[in-house]
Amino acid sequence: MTALGPAAARRRQSYVAWLFALPFVAVFGLFMLVPLLSSVLMSFTDFRSSDVATPWAVDFVGVEQYARLFADPVFRRALANTAYFVLLGIPLTMAVALLLAMALNTGITRFRAAFRVGFYTPVVTSVVAVAVVWRFILQPDGLLNRALSGLGITGPDWLHSTTWAMPSLIAMAAWRNMGTLMIIFLAGLQAVPAEVGEAATADGATAWQRFRHITLPLLRPTLLLGAVLISVGYLQFFEEPFVMTQGGPLDSTLSVTYFTYNQFGFGRYGIAAAASYVVFAAIAVVSLLQFRLLRAKE
Amino acid sequence: MTLTLTRERGATTPTTPARPRRRTRGRQLGVYAALIVAGVATMLPFVWMLLGSIKPAGEILADPGGWLPHSPTLDNYRQWFGALRIGTYFRNSVIVAVVTVLGNLLFCSMVGYALAKLEFAGKRILFALVLITLMVPGVVTFVPLFVVVAKLHLINTYAGLILPFLTSPLGVFLMRQFMRSIPDSLLEAARIDGAGEVRIFARIVLPLSGPPLATLGILTFLASWNNFLWPLVVAQNQDRYTLPVALSLYSTGEQATDYGLLLAGSVLVITPIVVAFVALQRWFVQGVATVGLK
Repeated sequence: MTALGPAAARRRQSYVAWLFALPFVAVFGLFMLVPLLSSVLMSFTDFRSSDVATPWAVDFVGVEQYARLFADPVFRRALANTAYFVLLGIPLTMAVALLLAMALNTGITRFRAAFRVGFYTPVVTSVVAVAVVWRFILQPDGLLNRALSGLGITGPDWLHSTTWAMPSLIAMAAWRNMGTLMIIFLAGLQAVPAEVGEAATADGATAWQRFRHITLPLLRPTLLLGAVLISVGYLQFFEEPFVMTQGGPLDSTLSVTYFTYNQFGFGRYGIAAAASYVVFAAIAVVSLLQFRLLRAKE
Repeated sequence: MTLTLTRERGATTPTTPARPRRRTRGRQLGVYAALIVAGVATMLPFVWMLLGSIKPAGEILADPGGWLPHSPTLDNYRQWFGALRIGTYFRNSVIVAVVTVLGNLLFCSMVGYALAKLEFAGKRILFALVLITLMVPGVVTFVPLFVVVAKLHLINTYAGLILPFLTSPLGVFLMRQFMRSIPDSLLEAARIDGAGEVRIFARIVLPLSGPPLATLGILTFLASWNNFLWPLVVAQNQDRYTLPVALSLYSTGEQATDYGLLLAGSVLVITPIVVAFVALQRWFVQGVATVGLK
């Protein structure tokens, strides 16, 4: 190869680099950027499924769309349900995952890998598949109520009760997601030097004191990260109600994402896009909070 | 009193005395007991799935809370492999997952290399777009994405199932972050020897990028195999159903109460991924930790 001048070499590298980026840019542009931009526009119009052929003929509704959205009692219900799911589901999932991670971090060596595989298995399995068995377990005369009746408790019809359907889905979500957080917390716990705990023990600290004053503060960044990670998923809560309750009974498990999906089904694309931006805004706030908190730590 | 004693013991005698050791062992037993209870509780739905899948329909309906099958049968599985054509759905799931994984591995590492090691106009903007879209939830692009795919006449095609997932911002981010740690001197040496960028990428950068490629491959396969909502709206004909779509349609259709059949279907859907997970668990776990701790 002949020696190129620096400017020519730079131009050549720029050209080669874009060739490397080309397949990604094409797919990303067409299937990510175009939908992203159109969703912004759509959220301000009354775009309906019948407008697909003539997308420029739709009417501009503007901010009115969001006003309409928040005035819709079904949407407000969906917001409340999502908040319920997130506010109860995140602490529950995190607590279970932290307990599991701490148990696996007590220095046990035998079967450690087996336990880890066991607790993580729900994460890798299809929600559609596990929903079949969960629906079955939660039937009025299913496994759970059978076990409860052994304790003298008459269990409800979990999935058809406006009170119990949501807690059932929260339990299922915790079961499905605890493995991910457990792995992350375990990595965080392993970074806590063992000597610190040993020194505290030598000074007579109880297990609870060690947990409260050593483990928790040192684990703070990891816990925060886990909380953000899981909240991004939980704010988009959709699959559990879709496969378990279809949002019912009486919209008691209808989430914002499910609302969006329903509007899409009705062909009301504009309002669906607007609702999806409410989810996006919530996720953006959580992510910003994460950056602030992590930076405050540094 | 105890406090000073313990401290002295820790300071002077290196060997642990008998009493604390017994206490440690007792504590360990407690931890094991708790872990076993939690493990059994976690695995219970799967055990139940497996047991239910070999029960005849009548037995399940008669006793929905029952445990062991009285007259075990493989009829449910036979039905899936026969009349219900699970082979087609399995093939579709495999085609979609394999192509999606290969596309992500190749395309994300290509652009990752450009972003990590090459200078070009527009590089900062491209990377900024990748970072921004990392945060965008799927629900935001879902509806317009469907419109785009419909406009391209890709509904009910493999292309429609695969193309939107053929690359991912997360994959680009993973590959770029890793490739930045490859020393420039290595690439410079190859350039001086007259190697072109394609050669450097294929012969030096890719072979060094095993760990992030494994992570990306596993995460992509998992997401594709379990992906449900997108194939549900794009695959409109049985010929293109993936396994989760087929299972979900059967579990809301005529067979909604045929639990033995549905449980057998569930077993068939999760078995490949669970087998892969158990075989490659170190890589799975590493992948989650990497993405979680990025």
